[in-house]
Amino acid sequence: MSLWRQSARGLRALFRPSRANDDIAAEVRQYLDEAVAAGMARGLTTDEAQRTARAEIGNLAPVQEQVRSYGWENAVRTFLFDLRYAARQLRTHRGFTIVSIITLALGIGASTAIFSAVNPILFSPLPYPHANRILMIWNTFQGTRFEQSFGTFYELEQRSRSFESMTEFEPWQPTITGDGLPERLEGQSVSASFFRILGVAPRLGRDFRPPEEGSHAPRLVVLSGRLWQRMYNRDNGIIGREIKLDDDNYTVIGIMPSEFENVLAPSAEIWTTERYDPAALAPNVATWAWEWGMHLHIAGRLKPGVSMEQAVNELSQIARTPLPEFPRPRWASLNHGLIIDSLQDDMAHTVKPALLAIAGAVMLLLAIACVNVVNLLLARSTQRRGEFAVRAALGASRRRVLRQLVTESLLLSALGGIFGMGVAFAGVRALVMLSPPGLPRVSAIAIDPATFAFALGIATLIGLLTGLVPGMQLSRSDLNDGLHKSSRRSAGRRSITRRALVVTEVALALVLLVGAGLLLRSVRLLLAVDPGFNPDHLLTLQVQTSGHQFDELPSAPGAGDAARRRFFARALEAARRVPGVKAAGFTSLLALSDDPPVIGMYGAQFEKDGPDGGRNVFRYAISPQYCQTMGIALRKGRYLDSESAPFAALISESLARSEFPGQDPIGMRLHMGTPNRPWYTVVGVVADVKQTSLAMNDMYAVYFDTRQTWFSDEALSFVVRATGDPALLAGAVKSAVWSVDRNQPIVRAMTMRRMVEISEAERRFVLILFSVFGIVALVLAAVGIYGVLAGSVNERTREIGVRAALGASRRDILTLVLRDGLLLAGIGVGVGVAGAAAASQALKTLLFGITGLDPITYSGVVALLAAVAVVACATPAWRASRIDPSITLRAE
Amino acid sequence: MERSVPSIPMNEENTDVIQGTLDMLILKTLSLEPMHGFGIGRRVEQISRGVFKVNPGSLLTALQRLERSGWLDAEWTQTENSRRAKVYSLTRAGRKQLEFETADWNRRAGAIARLLKAEI
Repeated sequence: MSLWRQSARGLRALFRPSRANDDIAAEVRQYLDEAVAAGMARGLTTDEAQRTARAEIGNLAPVQEQVRSYGWENAVRTFLFDLRYAARQLRTHRGFTIVSIITLALGIGASTAIFSAVNPILFSPLPYPHANRILMIWNTFQGTRFEQSFGTFYELEQRSRSFESMTEFEPWQPTITGDGLPERLEGQSVSASFFRILGVAPRLGRDFRPPEEGSHAPRLVVLSGRLWQRMYNRDNGIIGREIKLDDDNYTVIGIMPSEFENVLAPSAEIWTTERYDPAALAPNVATWAWEWGMHLHIAGRLKPGVSMEQAVNELSQIARTPLPEFPRPRWASLNHGLIIDSLQDDMAHTVKPALLAIAGAVMLLLAIACVNVVNLLLARSTQRRGEFAVRAALGASRRRVLRQLVTESLLLSALGGIFGMGVAFAGVRALVMLSPPGLPRVSAIAIDPATFAFALGIATLIGLLTGLVPGMQLSRSDLNDGLHKSSRRSAGRRSITRRALVVTEVALALVLLVGAGLLLRSVRLLLAVDPGFNPDHLLTLQVQTSGHQFDELPSAPGAGDAARRRFFARALEAARRVPGVKAAGFTSLLALSDDPPVIGMYGAQFEKDGPDGGRNVFRYAISPQYCQTMGIALRKGRYLDSESAPFAALISESLARSEFPGQDPIGMRLHMGTPNRPWYTVVGVVADVKQTSLAMNDMYAVYFDTRQTWFSDEALSFVVRATGDPALLAGAVKSAVWSVDRNQPIVRAMTMRRMVEISEAERRFVLILFSVFGIVALVLAAVGIYGVLAGSVNERTREIGVRAALGASRRDILTLVLRDGLLLAGIGVGVGVAGAAAASQALKTLLFGITGLDPITYSGVVALLAAVAVVACATPAWRASRIDPSITLRAE
Repeated sequence: MERSVPSIPMNEENTDVIQGTLDMLILKTLSLEPMHGFGIGRRVEQISRGVFKVNPGSLLTALQRLERSGWLDAEWTQTENSRRAKVYSLTRAGRKQLEFETADWNRRAGAIARLLKAEI
């Protein structure tokens, strides 16, 4: 009741001020009338009574003012008043306003954009119910995550008790044929429990049911909302219909909601259940089943009340204690344990260092922007000392002046925030465009309510801080002294604060620039790394095989493989005949592509190793001309030729060096795949090729002719050496492959140069952001130095005039000012170098070939900052040197 | 808040109302009968035999506050000498508040009286 009354009366007073004022005026007047009437009742004349009453009450205006000043609406009124005054101030000092708003907009906008990218990945929970209960379970190899086999999944699922259910999943890329052109779809082959583990149900139709998985399950698919829209025009009748995928009929049973975000495979549009057979897990050393291939991911949903720690303990226990009923082959022995992580941490773990580095960089930028604005505000408040003194003299308390200042800075930061949102919108679009392929949850990067709240929060914080800092500088004595210190002789404390701020700014800018410089050097060094082949004039595309003609049937063993080899050979022949093609070849595993390294890794066993030895190597099943086409140098022996002696192999230089130090590896024999196959004989040694990344040295490699390996690969990467621009050949080469068989999908057609760039996309992404932030920081720091120096020259006009009058030359004065500015920059650089040395540790994982203390980077950045500082100092110094002593002294 | 603008005392005995008691005095006065602002001030002066002098600014502000708090009702009416006046009356909540403040005051005054006696 009372609260309601408070607000109602307050609002009325606020929105109909004249009526409230009239009411108060009437009451005050009535009070006076009563007083007069009372006086007359005591026997005074009208005149006397009025005089006495007036004397008693005093001036009516202050009384009215006092009554009016009651109530919360009064605070609002004062605020609006301050706001109007602040707006007027900003309008009058346009230059100051524009520079401040741009600075703040850059700082707020950049940090908001980065927040919008970092928040969904690192902080905001995944869009699934109880997302923290979803765990990922990886095999481990050399400390990194490694895919699992169905055998391991089956054992963990049977033995563990911590999970509601577990699912395995792997990429599935069926080719859809039927009405239109054949199209390859991105999809996943999953356990029936997959969607229940995520906690998302189809919007239409139904989910997979528990028995609908395994080798005898019916062929069913669930479609994404996007695919449903794109291919079936949101037709509800699709449920229950059959569609043709890879020559098989699949029944559509469900459609996922369009807002379903699948962080496990963002581009997946179609799901089916896996077709593994637990019966095939029985040990048979000669032919381990496909069920033991390492290509699965495993996820599980914890039972309510089971902690992640309990689950980790249980699974580790299972990994340590094999049971006879769950046999394990050597490569799935789980000897190295398992890596278990929450889904969110798992998703973020590769990009976390980069994201944190970027977040740190943008915070530095924001800090620089704030420091700059504080600096500008301090300069303004120096100019406004007279105004504050007048206000103080008229009875304004220090609090009141402070409130006015904070209102002004809040208005400034609000404007900065509004323009900053514009910067943020543009920034988010740029971020999504630039984002490296490995960045998760790209679809969730947007200006959402959380982002808005963040922007609002920092804008308010900045407004308060930037208002309070200059406000605190205004001591009471300042307010009072201001009036009689009309000349600007004293630089004083405020100037020291401003200098400290400039030093801070320079130091922060240096930290950012060193970060950018280190990344730039790293990327340069990386791209200068010899990949082991010649990436120029090279086009690559992956050709896949799909359809029943490649099936392996018990009735005709080897027929499917043969058909596949025939297709690839004819496709390669067709590609070679394309005009402009100098050479062409293919490989099962393409260097620096997104082929998962694990897929190409197999155990190799040399004759000298004995039955238990061996090491992991990359297996390249190639066409005989592949190495020549790629430009992989021959170190010893010969390349594979089309009439290769039965079972020939090439090995890489590092493998030769580590296995046969001081010996000639030519003629050595090795086994790969199953040991019941003939020996391969090493016929040549070739240069090392960077497979996973330019930054990694994993170069043990063995090359075979595709016709001599123990299985034919379903997909091969073609490489085509062009006489001219390889990008122009893409269309013709695709058509050539399709002239052999129209239904075989081609993906990832791009030049090798582009592929090398993409392989370093993450570093490049961080580099671009750091560079942009670094440049902005540099400009802001320059503005800061310039501002302080220009201000100090203004303040010291008289001093400089006296110096000039006493015989200081122009050069002396120039040096005086320059030294002043460069001293600030110098201290800033000193502090900054120390800061950068500490901060660069956070970049460690992103650096290549240099440490965080790379002297070339540091000296380069220091030189750059020094140059910019000289430029920033030059104008004020030159102006100081032009000061005419006779004019300044007379003006005083 | 209640900023007391110092008023010039008419004679030696005339003093400002003790800080924080103005609300209670107004409520008490209005518990006798509804009254306008000047009347309240006059009544306080009379009953205190001129010891307390109420400053008009403070009085009118206090009336605003008490009205907003829901302890007073206000209405513009004709007075007996046919002038328009804003007449205040006590609400039920106001009556309760008066009881509370009276009890509180008595407790404090008693405590102070005891302390003073002990000192002597």
